[in-house]
Order: sequence, then structure tokens, then C-alpha cells
Amino acid sequence: MQKLLLLGDEAIAQAAIDGGMSGIYAYPGTPSTEIMEYVQASKAAKENNIRALWSANEKTAMESALGMSYAGKRAMVCMKHVGLNVAADAFINAAITGANGGLVVVAADDPSMHSSQNEQDSRFYGKFSLIPILEPSNQQEAYDMTRYAFELSERMRIPVLLRITTRLAHSRTGVDCSEPVKQNDLKLPDNLRQFVLLPAIARKQYRELLGKQTQMEAISAESGYNRIIERSDKSLGIIACGLSYNYLLENYTDGKIENPVLKIGQYPLPLDLVNELYESCEEILVLEEGYPIIEELLRGLLNKSKPIKGRLDGTLPRDGELNPVIVGNALGKKYPQGQAVPELVKNRPPKLCDGCAHTDAFLALNEALASYGRGRVFSDIGCYTLSALEPLEAINSCVDMGASISMAIGAADAGLVPAVAAIGDSTFTHSGMTGLLDAVNNNSPITIIILDNSTTGMTGGQTSSAFGKIENIVRGLGVPEEHIKVLKPLRKYHNENVAVIKEEIEYQGVSIIIPRRECIQTLSRRMRQKAKAKTMNI
Amino acid sequence: MKKDIILAGVGGQGILSIAACIGLAALEETLYLKQAEVHGMSQRGGAVQSNLRLSSDPIASDLIPAGKADLIVAVEPMESLRYLPMLDPNGWIITSINPFVNIPDYPEMEHLMKEIWKLPRYITLDANSMAKDCGSIKAANMVVLGAATPFLGLEQNSIETAVKNLFKNKGNEIVELNLKALRAGRNHALKQI
Ligand SMILES: Cc1ncc(C[n+]2csc(CCOP(=O)(O)OP(=O)(O)O)c2C)c(N)n1
Ligand code: SF4
Repeated sequence: MQKLLLLGDEAIAQAAIDGGMSGIYAYPGTPSTEIMEYVQASKAAKENNIRALWSANEKTAMESALGMSYAGKRAMVCMKHVGLNVAADAFINAAITGANGGLVVVAADDPSMHSSQNEQDSRFYGKFSLIPILEPSNQQEAYDMTRYAFELSERMRIPVLLRITTRLAHSRTGVDCSEPVKQNDLKLPDNLRQFVLLPAIARKQYRELLGKQTQMEAISAESGYNRIIERSDKSLGIIACGLSYNYLLENYTDGKIENPVLKIGQYPLPLDLVNELYESCEEILVLEEGYPIIEELLRGLLNKSKPIKGRLDGTLPRDGELNPVIVGNALGKKYPQGQAVPELVKNRPPKLCDGCAHTDAFLALNEALASYGRGRVFSDIGCYTLSALEPLEAINSCVDMGASISMAIGAADAGLVPAVAAIGDSTFTHSGMTGLLDAVNNNSPITIIILDNSTTGMTGGQTSSAFGKIENIVRGLGVPEEHIKVLKPLRKYHNENVAVIKEEIEYQGVSIIIPRRECIQTLSRRMRQKAKAKTMNI
Repeated sequence: MKKDIILAGVGGQGILSIAACIGLAALEETLYLKQAEVHGMSQRGGAVQSNLRLSSDPIASDLIPAGKADLIVAVEPMESLRYLPMLDPNGWIITSINPFVNIPDYPEMEHLMKEIWKLPRYITLDANSMAKDCGSIKAANMVVLGAATPFLGLEQNSIETAVKNLFKNKGNEIVELNLKALRAGRNHALKQI
């Protein structure tokens, strides 16, 4: 079969296409976005009618994938780590219903928070919901494990979690692909009550899930993704999970590690293998790209066992991603001190593009709010969050998608009137709509700015579920017509825009302001494509 | 053969096309390759870098260990200095001297150049003017790549093939322009070594 140069994300996508997947469901989020984008661009996926469209949020994506699994076909759902919080209700209950067609959930974690609000470790979710987790150490394993995950899911009749991290997701290397398989035929579950989680049924299903744990652990020990690499120096045993195995290897020329290593790529943990390493070595070093999950389990509450080294005892930093030098230092390797960064090198934080519509919208908002003083603008996640920094300094919160509207409600209830919410179009349909319904029912004195750039900008310009629908949605949720205002965020309309915003801020109820102008990045991409199409017609 | 390269620039400057060329050339020579890219947040005008590793043996880590990079290839002078801690004491810096000023406290050009000239091994080039002379400022990336070619350990032929492949969809004229820019950068570097 062919060898392709693929990002980790793309390796997963290619494996899912080759692995007989019938549909992929996702909401964009760094570092997971390229999985869906690869399937959308794939000729093979098109030829095989693989369904590949963005969902409104991670929960709807998870549920749609579960529905496809119910119907007997293979489905994948992808999200960034915080997306799993949004999908958690469906995700955890899907472990109880179990799967019919193979169901693979991909969660892409972002240790060091390159593009995220936190660095939560999705392995916790896998453990919490009692399903198998696969954690590839490189792009080839990402491909192989994805193929395997569909089989494992069908064999065990439960969803499987594939956990990756930023460096694997966004690093490119050669990947060997294997023979594609056909998609499943439509096939209902044998038991038509399998997916009915009434308490009496759920209790039974939950016991079944518990009963599968021993078998899952046995599979973990046999699959080949967990294995002990025997070495003679038993003063230290090393447990290396996922990507950290590479950083370990990097510290030894020609890969000759001196200490025994247990390489972990599949959970639940293979207890016999863990025990074997533990018993044969004097100390254990645990390398985890993420939270110290295994380390904590090994130490136990009282830490009275043999020395367990890792993130909890300071051998490794408590937070952030690992790298070859951090792992090397933990092993006592000496690295030459590189040169220091010269002082004149200044930070260059990300910022709104020149000419971005958000800038004009916030300039107008800042002026409209000037007389009330600062500290009243609840916002959300997207390009517009960059307006928190200089020079705009326009917003005062960014917590989780949709929080702007709901937080404005609470703050207004507390007496902070006027309170303003600023939310992007994609974020609004992701999880702002329910907050707006609360605001309408509460008759909250808040002004909600829905920044409509007609795309999901921050993650690279994916189609927004909100496109062309915002006025109808807010009308339908009960905002009166006279308090729905659409603005053109351009410098030349600045004064008019300030006046409209001022007026709505003074109104003691819910009002919606929609500054609407396309993201200049997607606009120029569209223009380029148009020009290209034109030359091709000639 | 083993080369660890840091590519540096500002989000939107297109360092990934340099990475793509080197990657294609490495594949042509059946080398192992790992290339860690930065996607997401910092692409909005922030500092971006890519770790590119080439080797005749399998490569373990996607990230280059600090102090071990053989080359820093930068399309922006201040960005060329940001990753100095990554550079091997015997490593080279190849950088364009055309500043991308999108912050208020960008250093004086004079001070910046003095800092670069302090380094033991560097190639500096006015990539924008050189690209303009070749036909378009858009080829500045290829000028910088060209200046890096003497250090990559790859055949000039495989790099030119990669450039041809990367631009072939855009027509012959664009291919020729980029090849010209590539060669101009290379000749400039060969004179400076
Ligand atoms: C639960 C969750 N899912 C996904 C993301 C990733 N994410 C951050 S911003 C963003 C896009 C927001 O788009 P929009 O609201 O339209 O704002 P824009 O970036 O276009 O200004 C996404 C998908 C996240 N942070 N949290
Ligand atoms: S990508 Fe679009 S929305 Fe984001 S900052 Fe640039 S112009 Fe604005």
C-alpha cells in the first residue's frame, strides 16, 4: 500500500476512510480540525459517499455519530479536549448504551495551551466512562490505532476513545497505509432496547459495561500497543505513555535505552505489565503527556510505596507539554545550554488581522460604553477574544463557548446594568442560543452583540452553522423585532454604529446587535478560488 | 545524514511553503522526515515556527531538543533571534533582513542587525529586493529557502524538483520565477559562506 506524508490528524482521517467509516461528525477546534478537513477534501471519501459536514457543536456531533453507530455503520466524532466537556453527557451515556457499528471518539488535547483555555487530559474522560482509550505515540500508530479502534469498538460493542495531543496532531511524517475495507451495511442493533437508558435497562447495561472491564484489560495486555522493553539497568523502570515515548527515545542515540520501559498506548492499564515493571525495578519514572494519571494511581493516596517519580514529585514540571530536554533532564542527561534570547526580541502576540470587522465593531462598542466605565463586556471564544488585548481592551471575560450571554444575565441580575455580551456567529449557534432563551425569559437588561463574520474564523474559516440564520433564530427565541439591529462594521459608519449601540444599551430588555461583515481571510480565499475557476473556464 | 531545522516567521508569512519544499525534496531522497507545524491561535500575526527534522535514520521526537538545531531559517530578522536557545553552538542562522513590524515596541533595525552580526555563523539577505529583482516580491520565501540550500544536506536537484512540483499548478511562469528566486538566494549564500 502507499506511503503518504501526513499530519497526525490526517493519518487518523485517512485511516478512518480506509477503515470503512460511513460518516464523520465534528465541530472545529485546534488541534483536531484537520481530521474533518482532510475527509472533506478527500476524493476517496467523496467516491464512497462518506458523510463529512460540520455539526453545530460537539454534543450534536457526538449524538449524530452515535445514531450512525445505532444503524450499524462505522462513525467517527472529533473535537478538541474542551469539546469533550460539551459532548460529555452524550459521551458518558454512550458508554452505557454501547455501540452497534464501530464508534470512535477522537479527543485532541492541547498541553501547554497553545490554542486553548486549559490543558485538561481526556484520558480522565475515558477512564470515567469505562471505555478503552488508545493513545498513539506517532503518526503511524495514529493510523494503525484508528483502524484497530473501529474493530475493537465492534468487537466489544462500546465506543473507543482515541486521545491525541497537539504535537502529534500537527506534525507531518511518512505513514504507511493498509488495504481499505468496505463500509458496513445498515443493521439495527440485535436488541432494540440497547439504546433505551430507562433506569431498569441502564442498570443492566451498566453492569454489562463493568463486566467487560476484565476483558478490556486483557485485550490491552495482548494488543501489542502496551509492551515491556527489557533492559538490564533495573535501578529505574520507565512508564512512557503516548508521545512521551518518542521524547524518551530521542535521548538515546540509536535507541539504546538503558532501563526497562513499559510503553503504554492502550487503556485500561494492563495491570500485569505494570506490576512486572514495578516489581523488577527499584524506582519508577512515569512520563505522561498531560495530567499525572498513572503516576497518581501508582503512588496511591499515601505514597508509601517505592519511589515514584514524575510530575508530582518535581522530577518533571507539574504542567505543560513534555519535550526531549525535559525528559532528558529527568533521566539526568546533560544538555548544552543554548544561547539566551537577546533582550531586544519582543513578544509578538497574535492579533486581529488588519481590516478585520471585529476591530470596527469593538471601536464602536468601546465608544458607546465609554460613559458607563470599563468592566461590563462578557465575551466568548473566537478571533474576537483578541480584542481583550491592546489596543482595543474591549472585553472582560472568555470562559467557555456560550458563556458570554449567560454570564451577562447573572451579572445583570446582580445589578451590573447595563451588561453586554459579545459573541461570534459560530459560537452563538454552538451554545449561545440557549443562553439567549434564558435572557428572553428573564427579560434581562442586556445587549448582545453577535459578531457575524459569516465563518468560524479562529480555527481557519470553516462554514458556520449560523450562516444566514441569525435574525430568524433570535426572532424565534423571542427578541422583539425593534431590538434586532444589523450594523455594517466599517470605519465610515462608526458614528451611526455608536448611536445604535448606545440606544440599545439604554433599553431595559434583551436587544441584539449584529455587526455583519465577512472575515477578510475567507473573503480573500473566496476571491482567489473565484479567479482560479474563471481562468480554468477560459 | 541528519538535519534539524527551525523555520521561523510571523503568522501569515507562509513559512509552511518553505517547509513543504524541503519536505518534498527529502522525500525525493527517501529520507525520514518529521515536521511539527504551528496551527491555530498564533497564525493570526503572532510569532510562528516549525520544527523540521530530516534524517537517513528513523526520527523519534517531533520536536528538536533545545540547543541541537543545525539551522534557523527565518523570513523575518527579529524572529530569527527568538529561537536562539534552540540553536546548536555550531549552527547557522539564515535570515531575511526585511522586518515585519506589527507591534509598537519593535526594536531599531540597527540594534537588531548588530545582534545578528554578533553570531558566529549567519547569512543575512534582503530577500524582498532580491525577489523583486527576480520578478515578484511574493517569491521572497524562495529566496530565503535558496540561501538555506547550501546547508540542508540535500541535492540542489531534488530541491528544484520540489519547487517545480509545489508551483506547477500555477503555471510555467510562476515556476520559473520561483526557481530564479531560489537560485538567487543560493548564490548569495555561497558568496557569504
Ligand atoms: C467547546 C469548544 N469547542 C471548540 C473550541 C475551539 N474554538 C475556539 S474559537 C472557535 C471559533 C469561533 O468562531 P466564531 O464564534 O464565529 O468567531 P470568529 O473566530 O469567527 O471570530 C472555535 C471553534 C473551543 N474553544 N471550545
Ligand atoms: S481571521 Fe477573519 S475574523 Fe479572524 S482576525 Fe482575521 S479577519 Fe478577523
